[in-house]
Amino acid sequence: MGVGRNVTVVYFLLSLVLLPVRMSLVELPEPSVSIPRDVDMSSSPTRNDDLKEMLENNKESLKLEAMKRIVGLIAKGKNASELFPAVVKNVASKNIELKKLVYVYLVRYAEEQQDLALLSISTFQRALKDPNQLIRASALRVLSSIRVPIIIPIMMLAIKEAASDMSPYVRKTSAHAIQKLYSLDPDQKEHLIEVIEKLLKDKSTLVAGSVVMAFEEVCPERIDLIHKNYRKLCNLLVDVEEWGQVVIISMLTRYARTQFTSPWREDGVFDENSERAFYESDEEKTRDDTEIKPYTMDPDHRLLLRNTKPLLQSRNTAVVMSVAQLYWHLAPRNEVSIVTKSLVRLLRSHREVQYIVLQNIATMSIQRKGMFEPYMKSFYVRSTDATHIKSLKLEILTNLANEANISTILREFQTYVKSQDKQFAAGTIQAIGRCATNISEVTDTCLNGLVLLLSNRDETVVAESVVVIKKLLQAQPSQHSDIIKHMAKLLDNITVSMARASILWLIGEYCERVPKIAPDVLRKMAKSFTSEEDIVKLQTVNLAAKLYLTNSKQTKLLTQYILNLGKYDQNYDIRDRTRFIRQLIVPNEKSGALSKYARRILLAPKPAPVLESAYKDRDRYQLGTLSHTINTKASGYLELSDWPAVAPDQSVRNVEVIEPVRIHPSICTALFHFCPDSPPSFFHISCYCPSLPSEKSSSQSEKSSSESDIEQKKKKKMKKPPQKKNVKPPNKDRYQSVMCKPNSWVGPGFGACVCVCDFSSCRMNLLRPHLFSRRLSVSGPAFVPEKSHNLLHRMTGKGLAAQYQFTRQPCLYQPNMVSVQISLTNTSDHRLEQIHIGERSPAGLKIHCFNTIEFLEPDASVTVSMGIDFNDSTQAANFQLCTKEDQFSVSIQPAVGDLFLAVTMTEQDFRKEQGKLQGMNECSATITVTAENTSSQPLNRRVAAMANVGVVPSGQDNVHRFAGKTACSGAVLLVTVELRESSAAVITINTEKSVMGSMLLRDLKKSLAQA
Amino acid sequence: MIHSLFLVNPSGDIFLEKHWKSVVSRSVCDYFLEAREKALDPEDVPPVISTPHHYLISIYRDKLFFLSVIQTEVPPLFVIEFLHRVAEMIQDYFGECSETVIKDNVVMVYELLEEMLDNGFPLATESNVLKEMIRPPTILRSVVNTLTGSSNVGDKLPTGQLSTIPWRRAGVKYTNNEAYFDVVEEIDAILDRTGTTVFAEIQGVVEACVKLSGMPDLTLSFMNPRLLDDVSFHPCVRYKRWESERVLSFIPPDGNFTLMTYHVNAQNLVAIPVYVKHSINFFESGSGGRLDLTVGPKQTMGKTVEGVLVTVHMPKTVLSVSLNATQGSYTYDNATKVLVWDIGKLNPQKLPNLRGSLSLQTGAPKPEENPSLNIDLKIQQLAISGLKVNRLDMFGEKYKPFKGVKYITKAGKFQVRM
Repeated sequence: MGVGRNVTVVYFLLSLVLLPVRMSLVELPEPSVSIPRDVDMSSSPTRNDDLKEMLENNKESLKLEAMKRIVGLIAKGKNASELFPAVVKNVASKNIELKKLVYVYLVRYAEEQQDLALLSISTFQRALKDPNQLIRASALRVLSSIRVPIIIPIMMLAIKEAASDMSPYVRKTSAHAIQKLYSLDPDQKEHLIEVIEKLLKDKSTLVAGSVVMAFEEVCPERIDLIHKNYRKLCNLLVDVEEWGQVVIISMLTRYARTQFTSPWREDGVFDENSERAFYESDEEKTRDDTEIKPYTMDPDHRLLLRNTKPLLQSRNTAVVMSVAQLYWHLAPRNEVSIVTKSLVRLLRSHREVQYIVLQNIATMSIQRKGMFEPYMKSFYVRSTDATHIKSLKLEILTNLANEANISTILREFQTYVKSQDKQFAAGTIQAIGRCATNISEVTDTCLNGLVLLLSNRDETVVAESVVVIKKLLQAQPSQHSDIIKHMAKLLDNITVSMARASILWLIGEYCERVPKIAPDVLRKMAKSFTSEEDIVKLQTVNLAAKLYLTNSKQTKLLTQYILNLGKYDQNYDIRDRTRFIRQLIVPNEKSGALSKYARRILLAPKPAPVLESAYKDRDRYQLGTLSHTINTKASGYLELSDWPAVAPDQSVRNVEVIEPVRIHPSICTALFHFCPDSPPSFFHISCYCPSLPSEKSSSQSEKSSSESDIEQKKKKKMKKPPQKKNVKPPNKDRYQSVMCKPNSWVGPGFGACVCVCDFSSCRMNLLRPHLFSRRLSVSGPAFVPEKSHNLLHRMTGKGLAAQYQFTRQPCLYQPNMVSVQISLTNTSDHRLEQIHIGERSPAGLKIHCFNTIEFLEPDASVTVSMGIDFNDSTQAANFQLCTKEDQFSVSIQPAVGDLFLAVTMTEQDFRKEQGKLQGMNECSATITVTAENTSSQPLNRRVAAMANVGVVPSGQDNVHRFAGKTACSGAVLLVTVELRESSAAVITINTEKSVMGSMLLRDLKKSLAQA
Repeated sequence: MIHSLFLVNPSGDIFLEKHWKSVVSRSVCDYFLEAREKALDPEDVPPVISTPHHYLISIYRDKLFFLSVIQTEVPPLFVIEFLHRVAEMIQDYFGECSETVIKDNVVMVYELLEEMLDNGFPLATESNVLKEMIRPPTILRSVVNTLTGSSNVGDKLPTGQLSTIPWRRAGVKYTNNEAYFDVVEEIDAILDRTGTTVFAEIQGVVEACVKLSGMPDLTLSFMNPRLLDDVSFHPCVRYKRWESERVLSFIPPDGNFTLMTYHVNAQNLVAIPVYVKHSINFFESGSGGRLDLTVGPKQTMGKTVEGVLVTVHMPKTVLSVSLNATQGSYTYDNATKVLVWDIGKLNPQKLPNLRGSLSLQTGAPKPEENPSLNIDLKIQQLAISGLKVNRLDMFGEKYKPFKGVKYITKAGKFQVRM
């Protein structure tokens, strides 16, 4: 470590010498803006020199102060890049805050100062090997955030290594790093996919969300990677953190659309029976009738729907929305409506949330009115709503309108029309128009209502009404000549050009129905023609032409006057139109054949406009996406495919779930005689897993053991169809461990032993001894006490007897737990069912429970392992051991020695550590040892029996050293036994945990003085 | 996912920026500022704006815009929810979420943002995990920090992030163990001019303040859980237990949190606690008008109605008001045309009344429409839906905690159309 640092520093000094040249280029004069407090001053170049000085100072507090100011600059968007060399020097600082701030700075500017950024890399590389998982994770996080292409190979290596780290947190970080590396260098895709594939197999809920995110970003097309993990992801979903849930759900939606057949049956009604059939799939008969049914939902499809449903109750609106869209795109029609309630609930949330949710409801409500109709009143507009919220609510209310509720809706609309927000009032009028065209029963009512609005004092309202009335009349003009007359009268008062144009168009179109008024309107328009807007002028020309054709006697002169005015208009559109109309309607020798058809051209019946929702076509985008919101395809949008006509092979999702192998005691013994001499390290034993191909030859007895069990399994299989077994939600970390013990080592009395393995996971996590050797830390225990303690006596346990034993292995579930092995025996004459752990105390007690044991036959026994976080105290862990009928309070009392984990260490390291743990942290005692303990072997054994510590090789014959660490906090424990003359010995214990130290000292004293 | 975050104050200045991937120039905000200019009210700015290369998703909260820059497809709610979490986190840390507070604590806010996202994907959003890494400022701590030069960055590593219950940190200790639950119900209603209910519903929330040592496992049950129509929970609540037994079973976060929100079945008629008699007339001449408002208690279940506040958004042409209130005081803001009448406690014997004349802009036509009233009120010790907490049990710890439940009914979006 020291060497590396020196090199860095030297490099630094060099770079500092070179720096002034660079600096002068960078220092731009900052604009003098008044910014409050300390940070502002530093923007001037001289102050930056100040900051540099502070950074080079030896005092931590000054450095910290400087860094804070610099981060303040960055936060304001000011340039602080010239301080790079001075800052990066502090990357290896011991002060955590300083270090964090330097990281922040580094990530921000590394891209600009690539050469200098490289100096920091070695620090991160070192930190990647730190025993603390959080430090490893943060090192990887920063390393991967530095966007410097030259370190891509280093990043790749770090990601690969972190992906197989023991800690799920580090693996999560590596999943994030994958995306960063991919965006830096897309060429790494192939390698990254390998890592993704590996991480997808991960069983930790911590990792799931992040790796799926990486999958979506790097290789969304590799849907085949999901198959094997599909069921696991479905089952983990509820426990994944909320952000991960969103990502996983949207990925699974896409997946499901490619793998399952459509549940939307043509005949509409979904058969209730077939659904029930799934739930009862244990029974034989239902399998028969599923074959008869034309459609049955794939159980995996059902699994997804069922496991996402509880998430509708999430407090996170994004999660609720993503479940809603999943149901919308995947669920049978009759089940979609369960999301309604939750979506309506989201409307209580913030304005922005409302906006998105309403948009999605608008799209949904076009296709499925029924879903939201009962909640119609939730979409009533309040005067305090923002404008875009109002118009969305209006949209939805219009979509929901039908014969039954239209009167309620119209009454509500009446209130809105009077709103002070005129834009909204105009929107309401359009909505009324839409209701009128969609529901023929109310067309007349609406029309009358709109005509009343024509006398409104507000222009926008009137104008909008005119436009809407125009559209409505076009649909059924026959009966409404009096409305047209009324509108003709309004022309004098209305100034909004669009409305005027609409009226003119109406009169022109239906001029034959209002033969008296129309020429008069034209007369008025001729008078005001020059001062009209263009759009009104165009319609005046149109009106003139139409009247010329139908009533040329009265209007000939007027028309010619208007055409002459139009001929010299400033706007060329109007000049064009005038010329065109003149040629068309006024017959002269030059006009072609067209004028014959003028009447048919101008007075052709025109189709009525269709008033429809703006959200009509939005459903081409997946709901809840950004693309749906902006109604264009956003970059990176992944299309939702159509349902396949024929479902792809379902079996691809089958995972070989290996049934817990029950090993008969005798066979167990045989099996473990393979390695009578090896220490009981679980790495070693996991090699016997039968599914590992390389080890197959050596595990013959294992095979026979499973054969002996086959009969039992067969029975089970008869009852359940095999696929069902996989669907059954396995507990998250079920069988993550491989807990086996060589019988010969443990000695007799260890009657039954069960080997519980999940081979896929052990391949992943456990077969990596190098991980351990690298960090020098935990080693296998030097000695495992054979003594097992009574947990539950068979009399008190009503036939259930339990014994426990400390395995002294590092706990697999969580590193800070102590692993305990419990063997349960059924001494009663009936089957005991559902043995599991119930309530525990103290409440803070963290226990990793074993999985519920479904049943235990009389006289059978089973061994399970569990992890208990004793929190480095010898306080007993109390919990309840429950069977289906009973609960028994039991307690596990650890001896102080069992709370340690053995550690391998060199003598040199030992001395160094010991130097740090002096004074308060040291306790020692002089004792008289018994004669037999004066030689090294028995002494080592005695100490190892008392506490789980590793022997440190010692150069001196009379000094014996042992090292360990506490399971929970990982505090180092050092034991030194120095033999003196005349069988005296000094025991010294150095540890931060002085209480534990003194307790251990007491135990050791007793043990070594024993005869 | 989330590329960058900009904080923009009401006058359009960007006062903080944070990038989680490569740096995006702040000129991207111009599109947003343009939309901001166009909108009459900050509330009207569209939350999603698309620009040629980026998408801008913003929230408006506490008079500040939180503007995030997105480059690729992402569920918009994901971003919006996260931005609100940022605002809540600032609120949680510094007591309020305002420009001054953020500027004063700029480094800490920046550090928090750094921890909350990794490469744009949320990493630690649980306030409890964050607080373990970066301790919130207290007066005592800032004094100590100035004296000793230490800092707010926790030297402990965020172990909570690794645990299966990330919302609770280990080793919590209190001398007084107490758990308080506030059942707060809000009435959302629209009444029409005759006083008939157009729409009414009750939205409730159970806010908890739990200060218990160790790792307590709580069970909260209701007398009448059937009332609850739709619920959403804090992640700590075990959904299975709720499904099967209708009890809330959870290991609580430490401190204040929202345990659940619920919606009361709208089929049960909602009791409306107050009525308003109102008349507003504008003279035909258009020069003035009269206003007469009376508020009285209706269905209050025998409790007093407090904190009554009536807000009226007047038509644009109303220049000034000259009113006389028999109780409380009123203010009229001519710029926003908002009349606020703060009544306070309702006395059933003597109903508060506000009457007087309105003067209008001369020459302006008589306002077509009548304004609507928004009413705010509070009733202590009453959950208007009738929901009652039955009991709270604690498992897993030995001490006896102090338990308390409080009920409050408030007006939510309570609107009377005139």
